[in-house]
Amino acid sequence: MADDAIIDVRGLVKTFGRHRALDGLDLSVSPGEIHGFLGPNGAGKSTTIRVLLGLLRKDDGEVRLLGGDPWHEAAELHRRLAYVPGEVNLWPGLTGGEIIDLLGRLRGGLNESRRKELLERFELDPTKKSRSYSKGNRQKVALVAALASDVELLLLDEPTSGLDPIMESVFQDYVDAFRDRGNTVLLSSHILAEVERLCDRVSIIRSGRCVESGTLGELRHLTRTSVMAELGSPPEGLAGMAGVHALQVDGNRAFFEVDTTELDHAVGALHRAGIVSLTSQPPTLEELFLRHYGDELKEEPEAP
Amino acid sequence: MTGTWTFVRVYLRRDRWMLLCWSVGVALLYWSQAISVDGLYTTQAEFDRAAASMEGNAGFVAMTGPARALNTIGGQVTWQSAAFGAIAAGLMSMFLVGRHTRAEEESGRDEMLRAAAVGRHATTIAAFVTALIANLLLGSLVALSLIAYPLELADSLALGVGVALCGAFFSGVALLAAQLTSTTRGMYGITGGVLGLAYALRAVGDVGNPVLSWLSPIGWYQAMHAFSGLRWWPALLLAAASAVAASAAYAVFLRRDYGSGVLAARPGPARASRSLASGVGLAWRLQRASVLGWTVGMLLGGVGYGTLGNDVDSLIGDSDVAMDMFAPSGGALVDAFYATMILTLALIGSGFAISSALRPHGEEEAGRLEGLLGTSLRRRDWLLGHVVVTVAATVLVLLVAGLGMGIGYALVTGEGSAVGDYVLPLLAHLPGVLVLSAVARLLYGLSSRATLLAWVGLLFSFLVMMFGELFRMPQWVQDISPFEHLALMPAQDFRWAPFLVLVAVGATLSLAGQVAFLRRDVH
Repeated sequence: MADDAIIDVRGLVKTFGRHRALDGLDLSVSPGEIHGFLGPNGAGKSTTIRVLLGLLRKDDGEVRLLGGDPWHEAAELHRRLAYVPGEVNLWPGLTGGEIIDLLGRLRGGLNESRRKELLERFELDPTKKSRSYSKGNRQKVALVAALASDVELLLLDEPTSGLDPIMESVFQDYVDAFRDRGNTVLLSSHILAEVERLCDRVSIIRSGRCVESGTLGELRHLTRTSVMAELGSPPEGLAGMAGVHALQVDGNRAFFEVDTTELDHAVGALHRAGIVSLTSQPPTLEELFLRHYGDELKEEPEAP
Repeated sequence: MTGTWTFVRVYLRRDRWMLLCWSVGVALLYWSQAISVDGLYTTQAEFDRAAASMEGNAGFVAMTGPARALNTIGGQVTWQSAAFGAIAAGLMSMFLVGRHTRAEEESGRDEMLRAAAVGRHATTIAAFVTALIANLLLGSLVALSLIAYPLELADSLALGVGVALCGAFFSGVALLAAQLTSTTRGMYGITGGVLGLAYALRAVGDVGNPVLSWLSPIGWYQAMHAFSGLRWWPALLLAAASAVAASAAYAVFLRRDYGSGVLAARPGPARASRSLASGVGLAWRLQRASVLGWTVGMLLGGVGYGTLGNDVDSLIGDSDVAMDMFAPSGGALVDAFYATMILTLALIGSGFAISSALRPHGEEEAGRLEGLLGTSLRRRDWLLGHVVVTVAATVLVLLVAGLGMGIGYALVTGEGSAVGDYVLPLLAHLPGVLVLSAVARLLYGLSSRATLLAWVGLLFSFLVMMFGELFRMPQWVQDISPFEHLALMPAQDFRWAPFLVLVAVGATLSLAGQVAFLRRDVH
């Protein structure tokens, strides 16, 4: 793990009464990357972010944020980051514009021209009292306040769940631009297309532990590629080959899935039978995701 | 109309405890007047003397209503309860209607229901019907409790019918207001304004020009003259006005779009003012409206008590009960009476101090703290901002209550120099008030769950004040109330020692709460 990691979490434990929300979580986010933070509901994503913000006190483990201790140096560290909670609750009597200014000032200042530009791009009326905002508009208020702040780290907890597709793409443009200025983002999200589009690396957590972490490319190696081939003759040696699953042979045609690490061997076997046409599909993030959660679904009925 | 009755049943079920509390509370208001008048005066001659003195007191008449047959129990009950009963019924109706109409619409829950197989009008009509049923219950309890006391049947019935009709009228007003504005807060503002206007019109009318009383629904209720030559026809005015208000609400409802009101929501500032950038600035902005409301309310409350003037001797009689209630420590009755009124105002002010100290809890519950503490605002400074506002506003609220009392007193007695006389006596209770609010802060600091307990301290202090001597509570029990140690000015001389000790106790409790808050999880 690099010493200059923006976020460095090792063996983090947080319990609520008897419930172990985080159970030895590891997470490392390097400077200049957009890091996807994935996991099913209740996996501990928001709890992790709240510990990183110093809102919750860790029970065990090591947590470093921007080189500091998030509990003891909360205020100093918060000057350098902006946070958008999953559920944005605003003061009903304040206008959107007032709230953006308030949050911006408390972070140590807003970039005025970006504030103006963001209000226009997000089509947000800053003179409306926030009680009249819809969920999407409340989220926009928090996003404008975060994206207009001059900070080096964004902590985003499912920030686009209430936005329409057009606003979502505006959001993606700004997050890209933010990263291109050399800054870092931790993005917790359920929208896989968004994660695939934006993230350099992802961590998948389940039941309070990190189960997978790496670049999308690395993670794809952990899953299966689906292959459909039309051959010169019936394939031999595929059945029983390590890493080949769900094989169906129909005359000269073969359909199967193969562990990405074994792809070379499988294609070798096809080659020996003479390839007429070959379609292979790399695993999508969705499959990656489902595979990890699918395990959970399979395991559950067996639990006593 | 599909679904209307289903909604009525659901609303009644959801609100059953609230309705019961309001109804029983209002019935107790009437019934307890009968009991207390019965206990206060030992002879009819004494009663007659007191009644004569009350009739001549314009301040009292303005507060309660036209003085009629005040030397009878029924007359006293009507005089002392009718206006306040009507206001209580109005408030109950306002909250009931608001809860099920505009609040539901604002939150979006109503949208889900309207999409179901129910008529477009179902929820609106059901809210009104529920309010009518609630007022019927309230009126019945008032009438039955007075009949059971026992007072005359027809007059008791009239008091019940009248208060129920007042409630029906304000239900209609609330329903109309719900159509006019697009926010629940705005709706409560309009209805509250009409309530206040109705009360003020009859106050001015009863003291001066009687025509004004005829412009007020509360005035119509009092014009029924229960227990002093009962007449029923003013009740028809109330019924007609209720029907007009409800019909108007319905007509507006048909013409407006879902989710909006007739009055457009006003836009606010696009930029935050300079002051909104610190813990104190934010706390003040959030508590400003409540502080202003309490300041005006306490000023008026002080004026109300002050206008009782200096003829309280004849007003409250000199029975043992009166002596126990107002002068447990002996001394001049006027001073003792004012000392008790001042303590009452201080306890009411404690209500503000506690609710203000619990405002941070409300913020955390509403989920607004998370995003805020994600900025460089320190936890310590965020809470400190609220502490500063609470303490400063508590001083302000007590100060204006004392000032109001002096103004009222000076107006009635003509002693201009008395204006400032009650400020220090009220501020003498400041440490007690601050201790109660510091307890609230400590509870909040320890956990965001136990905060309701904060109100127990206030309730207990109230009980000690009201009944401590009457029921001869053991002294050590009474001593738990912080107010028990402070000087009851003007009946007693100011004492520095308990004042300073309680300030220190309050500061320690508050500090403990602030430190505890720094150490716990925030949700």
